[in-house]
Amino acid sequence: MIRDITIGQYYPVDSIIHRLDPRVKLVGTVAFVISLFMFRRISGYLIASIFLFTVIQVSKVPIKFMIKGLKAIFLLLMITVIFNLFLTPGEPIIQIWKLVITKEGLKTAIFMAIRLVYLIMGSSIMTLTTTPNQLTDGLERLLKPFNKIKVPVHEIAMMMSIALRFIPILLEETDKIMKAQMARGADFESGNLMKKAKSLVPLLVPLFISAFRRANDLAMAMEARCYRGGEGRTKMKPLVYKRMDYIAYAVMCFYFILLFTAGKLMGA
Amino acid sequence: MSIIIDRVNYIYSKDTAYEINALKDINLVIPDGQFIGLIGHTGSGKSTLVQHLNGLLKATSGKIYMNGEDIYDPSYSMKRLRSKVGLVFQYPEHQLFEVDVFKDVCYGPLNLGASEKEAQLRAFEALKRVGLNEEYYYQSPFELSGGQKRRAAIAGVLAMKPEVLILDEPTAGLDPQGRDEILEQIRKLHEENHMTIILVSHSMEDIAKYVERIIVMNQGEVLFDNAPKEVFRHYKELEKVGLAAPQVTYIMNRLLKKGLPVNPSVTTVEEAKTEILKALR
Repeated sequence: MIRDITIGQYYPVDSIIHRLDPRVKLVGTVAFVISLFMFRRISGYLIASIFLFTVIQVSKVPIKFMIKGLKAIFLLLMITVIFNLFLTPGEPIIQIWKLVITKEGLKTAIFMAIRLVYLIMGSSIMTLTTTPNQLTDGLERLLKPFNKIKVPVHEIAMMMSIALRFIPILLEETDKIMKAQMARGADFESGNLMKKAKSLVPLLVPLFISAFRRANDLAMAMEARCYRGGEGRTKMKPLVYKRMDYIAYAVMCFYFILLFTAGKLMGA
Repeated sequence: MSIIIDRVNYIYSKDTAYEINALKDINLVIPDGQFIGLIGHTGSGKSTLVQHLNGLLKATSGKIYMNGEDIYDPSYSMKRLRSKVGLVFQYPEHQLFEVDVFKDVCYGPLNLGASEKEAQLRAFEALKRVGLNEEYYYQSPFELSGGQKRRAAIAGVLAMKPEVLILDEPTAGLDPQGRDEILEQIRKLHEENHMTIILVSHSMEDIAKYVERIIVMNQGEVLFDNAPKEVFRHYKELEKVGLAAPQVTYIMNRLLKKGLPVNPSVTTVEEAKTEILKALR
């Protein structure tokens, strides 16, 4: 049951996107998200769509995994659409009682929805093609300049990767504890809120104890290998840009140039 | 309580990239009162199989019958099933949570709807049966040693008065003495209460002495299902799937090869001793 929940949701296939340097993917995703809010014309949406769907094709991740991520924002999406639809002033098309749908409203609603959907899809490409460890690695490298102003970048990255590493372990542990208690007749589903909260005690106590024990063990294991923070620490697999990464950056630049010129041309 | 497992398949994380076919067409009949050893390498599907027996996992396809009743029938109560089939998991840490051992053992019967008094009575009886010393009853379960925790965990399930007791690796992480004590206690449960007992393990050595039937699993399939003597006869095949017969089997086979007329199908050191003495005379 809990096993089916995927966090980090890495999709293990081999593709060009998977092999890209995580820094490229981080920068690319941020750039793509920003680009979504830079245009207002159909041409821009067209270019963004072509770009996004090409990347999805190349990443070899089935599109249904991207759609899955959309479920989480469904409510937000609906609210945005409805507010834009009814509350934008302009030329009315349909009027139902006091609710007026305007031409402008319809346009903004559709475009806003597309933006949100692309935003989620764009960032899920990153999480689907990059392991959590690679991500934190890339983040650490990108944020390295902040070290100069005394931001403990390495420590933050280390904490992030430990936290990410422990999510599946704790999920599995929760699953096991739930089963062990269910085997003793525990019932986590029925009853009112008070009863439900109470029924969690047999789950939470062993879970907390095990989490603390694991944290303790991990600290011990790190100390035993002389871990003492980021200073002077080298990497076994340092991130190095390869040809493919430069090409990816070039593609990103090309995408932006295309967006701008398309906007200019259509605008003129 | 007889159990019939009919063509059970189970697939983990179905329809995702991580799909694993953990059980493939399992057919088994477990009659009342048998003492069974379920053996397999890590990932062979043995733990998955036992979780089906008390409804913690639902088969992807196939049926399971308890005393002739289909447990997947919507009218079959899971609570009733879990009170009949007790499952003790590998790590006692996963189930102990109360302030003291006694209260913890009461948790199961209380869940089944027993009155406070009835639950305490059952807890007391269960703790007696697993041989946990009375001085530990009112201690925190987290202060107990590994073997004592395991006893407390077994008592927690026994207090529900199951007819079938399944123990998943009850001896993992125990020293040899603790292991022998626990196994001995389980044997007593079988003998005195005629419970059906399924002992899940990856060590032949541990269970050869106790069980009357061994089911060997490999990659989600039943490889052998027979009396220990018969199963150990296939010690070469067992090695191929990462298991081993008890050491005496190897010694007896070696002796036979060297020309000593012994019967190689003994399972315990005691039997081997009498067999060798007989051959030498």
